[in-house]
Order: sequence, then C-alpha cells, then structure tokens
Amino acid sequence: MNDLWQLMTVFSYLSLLTVGGGMAAFPELKEMTVNIHHWLTMKQLIHLYSVGQMAPGPNMMVVAAIGDQVAELLGALVTVLAFFLPTALLTYWVGQIWDKLEKWPWRTSIQRGLAPVSIGLLIAGCMTLAFEAVTGWITLAMSMCVFGILLRSKTNPAVLVLLAAGVGVYLLRGG
Amino acid sequence: MNESTRAAALEAPAITLAHIFWVFLVVGATSFGGGVVAYLRSAVVTRYQFVSDETFIEFLSISQSLPGLNATNMSVLIGERLRGRLGALVATIAMCFPGAIFMLVAAALYKVHGDVPWVEAALRGVAAAAVGLVLATSVQLGRKSLKDIRDYVFVLLAILGIHLFHWKVPIVLLIVGAMSIYSYRPSTRDKEIEKSQ
Repeated sequence: MNDLWQLMTVFSYLSLLTVGGGMAAFPELKEMTVNIHHWLTMKQLIHLYSVGQMAPGPNMMVVAAIGDQVAELLGALVTVLAFFLPTALLTYWVGQIWDKLEKWPWRTSIQRGLAPVSIGLLIAGCMTLAFEAVTGWITLAMSMCVFGILLRSKTNPAVLVLLAAGVGVYLLRGG
Repeated sequence: MNESTRAAALEAPAITLAHIFWVFLVVGATSFGGGVVAYLRSAVVTRYQFVSDETFIEFLSISQSLPGLNATNMSVLIGERLRGRLGALVATIAMCFPGAIFMLVAAALYKVHGDVPWVEAALRGVAAAAVGLVLATSVQLGRKSLKDIRDYVFVLLAILGIHLFHWKVPIVLLIVGAMSIYSYRPSTRDKEIEKSQ
C-alpha cells in the first residue's frame, strides 16, 4: 500500500514537469526513481527508457514498466494513472477556458517564453541519458549516426533503434 | 474556438464512443517511432474528418503550452470536442493502452532475460540510438521555435541549471521560465510588433 502511495505521489509530481515533452522530466525521473526510492538501477532505467522508444503511443510508457517493477500490475496501473491524469485534467480545464484566454495578453508571452526553456530541458534530459548510455567510441558513433540520419531523412526512428540493437549485439558484447 | 465552429461541430452527426475508442486505439498501437501527432493528424483530420485542420493546429498549440505529452493532451482535447468528458476519457485510455501493454511485456522479458550478455549488448545499442533520437528531436524543435538570440540564452540557462547548478527541474522551470516569460511580457511584445511594422 505504501509503495502504491509513493508511486502515485512521485509520478503525479513528475507529470507536471513534462513541459514540452516527457524528456524534460527525465533528470527528475532519474533522481526520484533511482537515487531517492531505489526502485531500479540507473542501468535498468536507461534500458527500459530506450526500449520504450520502440513502443507505439505516448513515448513515456517507461513509467508503466517502473510501476510494474515496484508493485506488479497494480503498480503499473497506478503509475500510468498518476503520470497522465494530472496533465489530462489540466488540459481539459484549459481547453474549456482557452477562448477566454485569447484576450489575456500574457497567454502569448507564456507560450513564447516557455518554448526555449522546454527545449533546454529536453537537451538536459538527453544529456542525463547520454552520460550513462554513451560509454565509448562505438556508442558515440552509433548515437551520432542515428542523429545524422534522422535529421537528413524521414526514416522511422523505431527502425533505427531496432537496427542499433542488432549492431549492439555484434559490437558491444562484453564491452 | 469561436462559436460558429463549435455550433458546426454540434450539428454534425454524433460520433460514437466506440468509434472514438477504435480510432485512438489504432493510432496508439501503430504510431511506432514517436511522432504520434503526425499519425493522429492523418487519422482524425484526413481520414475520418473528426476535426478540421485549423482546430487540430489550435489544439496542438494548447497541448504544447501545457505540461503533459502531446499524444495524451491531444487525445483529451479531440475526445472532448467529439463527445465531451466521456469522449476525452475514452480517447486518452485508448491512446495509452497499446503502448502500456507493449512496455509491460518488454518489462517482463527484461526481468527474465535482461542479464543475458547478448541482450545486454543489444540494449546498450538501443540506448545509444535513443540518445541520437532525442538529440535529433531537440534540434528539430529548436529549428522551429528558437528565433531570437535570447532564446538560445534561455536554452543554455536551462541546461546549466540542471547540469552545472544541479537545480531540480521545477526550480529551472520557475527561475528560467519566469525570466523567459518576463522577457516576452506583453508590453515589450507590442513594441516589437510596432517596430516591425
């Protein structure tokens, strides 16, 4: 019961930090789940997050896997609800009053001002991931290849992630 | 949303909850590789014409200025437009369901086989690819929305806040966010518009 309560509070808190995308909350996700609550190791978090990049739908479903790790299926359910419900309610409410906000001069200021901060947080989240995942020349080269291919073509990222798994089996075993 | 589009939406034949569930479930199950918004747009705007493209873009701008993932925020807004509260609920659940099942299966396999050397090597490859993927997303978003030199300053401040000063994410949002929003406060924005005219 205590576990479920903690999952609920931690993931509702993380939910509200996902400004501009789930990755913005990643440094805090790591802090809460790995350093404070010891629900999983950093290596497990990186692995599950990365596998989550192949999953369809909202790209932070790694939270379901964390909940499952802590308290089985019920833990997963509580975690997913806690992670998506607060922002869903907020969006529902703002959607209702959006017309009225149109005349509020700060609306554009907030939209415009949050854009660079959310991109900064996205890059910071990416760095948290990279510090753990980029461990040598091979992984660095793989990251840069995926980065370059995605910017230059319309390749589906899931295909590249799958290819990287295959390359990993050949080049990263025992490393 | 102006009154006429809302009235037009109400006059259209009602879309059943089961139909909403099915359409969002299919998007939730087939949107591999992220970019759910593009999949969603081709389903609800192009294929089923649940909402107009203008409405979709307006919803996207609401979604992007609020916390939460675009995929679920968009489900809430489109679902609400189609069938009120229940529509929002059904659309959001359907959007999340397939990915959650995928991750539960992945987590179960990981628990059993995660320590096998070749699986671990594959996962290290996947993690390296994920770094490239997130970095590419950052650059693509940045190209779209970073226009002014001060935008780059705020990007840098947010990064430094997390990794140099070791601030928590909400602190960065409060401090750097407040500075950035203040720099785009209504009075200065009006002056910029005047200048450009």
